[in-house]
Order: sequence, then structure tokens, then C-alpha cells
Amino acid sequence: MTDRAAATFVARRLGVLGAVLAKPSGAFGVGIVALHLVLALFGPLFVPYDYAQQNVDTMMLAPSAEHWFGTDRLGRDVFTRTVLGGREAIVISTLATVIAMAWGGFLGIFLALVGGRIDEIIMRGVDAMLSLPWVLTVMIFVTALGTSSSVLVPVLGFSYGLAVIRIARSAALDFVARDFILAAQARGERRWTIVIRELLPNVRDALSVEAAMQWSWMILGFSSLSFLGFGVAPPTPDWGLMISDSRGLMAVAPWTVLWPMAALSTLVIGINLAADAFAKVLGVDRTRKVPGQ
Amino acid sequence: MIRLILQRLGAAGVTLIIICIMVFAAVEVMPGDACTAFLGRDAKGTILEKCQLERGLDRPALERFGEWAGGMIQGDLGMSMNRNKPIEDIVGWRLRNTVILAATATLFGVPIALLLGVIAGLRRDRPVDLILSSIAIFSMTIPEFVSATFLILIFSITLGWTSGVVTASYNAPALDLVASTALPTAALSLILIAHILRMVRSSVIDVMESDFVLMARLKGVPFRQIVWRHVLPNSLLPTINVIGLTIAWLLGGMVVVETVFNYPGLGRLAVDAVSDRDLPLIQTIAIILGSVYILTNLAADLVSLLLNPKLRTYRT
Repeated sequence: MTDRAAATFVARRLGVLGAVLAKPSGAFGVGIVALHLVLALFGPLFVPYDYAQQNVDTMMLAPSAEHWFGTDRLGRDVFTRTVLGGREAIVISTLATVIAMAWGGFLGIFLALVGGRIDEIIMRGVDAMLSLPWVLTVMIFVTALGTSSSVLVPVLGFSYGLAVIRIARSAALDFVARDFILAAQARGERRWTIVIRELLPNVRDALSVEAAMQWSWMILGFSSLSFLGFGVAPPTPDWGLMISDSRGLMAVAPWTVLWPMAALSTLVIGINLAADAFAKVLGVDRTRKVPGQ
Repeated sequence: MIRLILQRLGAAGVTLIIICIMVFAAVEVMPGDACTAFLGRDAKGTILEKCQLERGLDRPALERFGEWAGGMIQGDLGMSMNRNKPIEDIVGWRLRNTVILAATATLFGVPIALLLGVIAGLRRDRPVDLILSSIAIFSMTIPEFVSATFLILIFSITLGWTSGVVTASYNAPALDLVASTALPTAALSLILIAHILRMVRSSVIDVMESDFVLMARLKGVPFRQIVWRHVLPNSLLPTINVIGLTIAWLLGGMVVVETVFNYPGLGRLAVDAVSDRDLPLIQTIAIILGSVYILTNLAADLVSLLLNPKLRTYRT
């Protein structure tokens, strides 16, 4: 890449971000996500209490000057736990999204390019796997392999990657029949060179938006798993776990569930708003989306 | 026409077989088997061997698959790992309960979704549409367990209208169950409505912008008649497939919602099965839900084939 090309590339990216931030919903979304990332990154530096510190004297206190968000049934500070509660979810879902996008994206583009028998057989398999609710696919793996994060990351990455295959394949199909692909084939380029050099740059916009959506679904998925008891182990603070843990006492101490609920919801809504704004700016059509995938 | 239907049936059958093979293979490829999953991964020695002998796990995989698949076809689902009961005894009632909940949510949610979707589509970008669309996006993005918990907090704890958990036992009469499912139904319908509403809205908008609606308007056809004659039939047809997909997708949300409300259905059974590491049971549930997904989509396909002559001439 020459300096000039690099400069226009950077300018284009900055232009996209600028255009996203110019939309109120985009700026709002990006702002929320950024705030969450900052809290997750620097949270441990400023939280007032130890997240695991149990205290009999401070059980289920209502929000006050000492405990801004109140305390839970073990006397732990809800503010501290809410600030730290997204770290696990963000780290695991980010890693899993990278895995899902990498294998799903490449396989999808590759299938679009080769077509024929291979494409048909693999897509049949993918469709069959997608007809199982994702929770079940993940749960089959979790039953056999356990619930540590070294299991959750590849398992989430694998099962969410299935949906990415479809998206990447259909995005790439638009370009496969074009002249520049024919030209590359005529030049005798290898298949993987065509995938990486010719097709990937063309579907990159669609895949970036898809990555953002996958990320938000992954956070939902991980939180649901830890709500069901298959995520992180206590006493690690995690929103899903906090909600399931305090659910029984909701009637007496609603703040113990409301704050983690608010934190989780704002993060996911923020990602969705940002992804929508990016999709509009990049001109990616997301309306034909199938629910739940 | 009949060939097309047979084609769809064939494709559904093939997908079902693929699911069975995949679920079996996934369990086979992973380290350990049903016995190590149940006894703990480091189990060795005589206990493990005895368990494997009892379950017939010492035989080659292909033989076991044949037997398992053969049993499935005859309705013999095998034994649950640690409940020591045939799986069909455990699953039967729960499947009925899940079907009851899904049916209530669908019967309640779909009409509302269609109505609101049409209203939003016809009043595009007006306040009604903006409010409806924002609520839809909101309830689509927040996770099921959050919205379900929130519903309990409002309707059960604050207002005290209804109980927050389902207390009926798994073999209670159907009507008793329906009576206690107000909140789970609401939680499921909320998401169902959100998805279908969005699809109906964009479909209505597409049709409203089409040439034939413009023509009808230019002819001076009254607005009411345009909506009933031209817009509704054309925009609701494509949503049949979406409804099929959404109902099928509902099955996934079921796992969480049933757990939140302690509803005795397949979803909660799946969670219990995972906690007990009961591999045969979770395999069965996966295959049941997979089949339901395929059948729902098949039904949606066939209904839209019957209603829409245009699709019959398309090659698929």
C-alpha cells in the first residue's frame, strides 16, 4: 500500500467514524459502548470496595452515600460488583467474536467462491446445525466439556460462527460472478489469494457490521449462560450471575437486580445503536435479517 | 405443485437426519462419553467400566448409532443417565407443557404483532411508528432473562397481580397450566411481537411504495379499500415464513424463560440435564427441538405455497 493509499484508507475510516458520530443515535451508541469499555478496563482502579468482601453487618442495605447501589444478600457492594460485572462477559465475548468472524467469514467467502458440490454439502450441514436453538448447541458442548472460559470461548465462537458462514457467503456471492474475479482466475491466482485479496476487501463492510451484531449477541448469550449457571463461577462478579443470584430477593432488595440489569441492557443497546449507525453509513442492508441468528 | 410439496418434505427429512447424525457425532468426537460426563471427567477403573458396559458404550460407535436411531424411530428414546427412567417418560409431559406455553404465546402474540406492524407500516415515521419501533428494538435487544425478571418485578412484586413463578406440577391438567402462564406468555410474546412487528412493518412499507398501490391511489380508490384489498394480502404473505422462523426461534428463548418462571417444560429440563451432565437426555431434547423447528418451517413454507400462486412457478 502506498502512502497515499494508506492516507485515503485512514481518511475513509475516520470519515466513517465521523459520520457515525454525527448521527445522534450513533454517537449515543458509541458513547455508551466506550463508557462500558472504560469502566471494564479501569474499574478495578477506582471501585470503593472489594468485590468478594462479604459482610454480615451490611446485608441488603438500600442505596446510600456509603453504598451507592446498595448491598446484596452477602453484604457485598453492588456498585463495585456492577462496575466489574462486565469484564468477564466483554473479554469472553470479544475473543469468541473474533473466532466466530474468522472461521465463519473465511469459510463463507470460500464456499461462495468454490460453489458446487462442496458448497451444497457444507451449507446443508450448516442449515441443520442452525435449526437447533443456539442455547442447545452450546449446552451439548458444555455438558460434555464443562464450563471454564477455555471451553466457553471456542464453543461460543464455533456456534455463532455458523450464522456468520451464511452472511459471509451471501455477501461474497454478489461479487463471485464479477469480471475482476474472472480476471484473477484467468491470471491463475490461487483460491486463497482470491479470497483474501479480491473478495475480503469487498465484503469487509458487511462483515464489520455483522461482527458488531455478533458481539452483542455473544454478550447476551454469555450472560444468559451465566444466568443459567453455566458461565463464570462465583464469587466472580458477572451481571448474569448477579441477577440469577439476587432474583429470589427481588421483592425486598430490588436494587440488587436492577443495577446489573441496567448495565447489561445499556451495553447491548449501545452496541446495537452503534451497529445500526455503522450499517447506515457503510450502506449495508440489515433489514433482511432472520431473527435469532 | 405436488412435486414441490414432496420436494420440501424430502428436504425437511434430510435435514432431520443430518441433525441426528450431527448431534450424535458431536458427542462422539468430544473427549469422554456419557459415563465420564456423569461420573466426572477423571473417572477410571471398575466404576467407569461397569457404567460403560451397562450403557453398552464399549461397542463401536456405528453400531450404537444404528441402535439409537432405530430406537428413536420406534419411539424408544433410551434411558436417562441418572434418573434411571426411560427418557420418553420424562420428556413426554414436558414437551406437552412447552407446546402449551409456545401455543399460548403464539396465539396471543401473533395477532397483536400483525396489527401493530400494519399500523406502524401505514403510519411510517409518524409518532405511533417511532414509539412502536423503538419499543420493538428495545425488547429485541435486551436478553430474555432481563425482560422476564423485569416483568416479575412489576406485575408480581410491585402490583401483586399474579404469582411470579409457576407452581403447577409438570403433569397438571392443561387448563391449570394455561391459567398460571400469564407472565411467561407475556415474556415470550414480547420478543415474538417485536420480531414479527418489524418484519410486517417493512413489508407494509414496501407494498405501499409499489406501483400497483400508486395506481390504485391515482384511480381514486378509497384508502380503506387499498389497505384491505391490496396492501394486507400482499404484505402479510411473506410474513408467514417469518412467523414460522420466529416461533422456531422462540424455542431457544424458552430455555431461559422457563427457567426464570420455574415452568416445567422442555427448556428447564434441558438446563437440569446439563447440570446433571445427562448427555442422552440433552441429545434427545436437542433432536426434539430441532424437529419442531424443521416442522414449523415446513408448515410455514407449505402454507405460503398454498396461498401464493406466484411461488408455485418459482423453482427452488
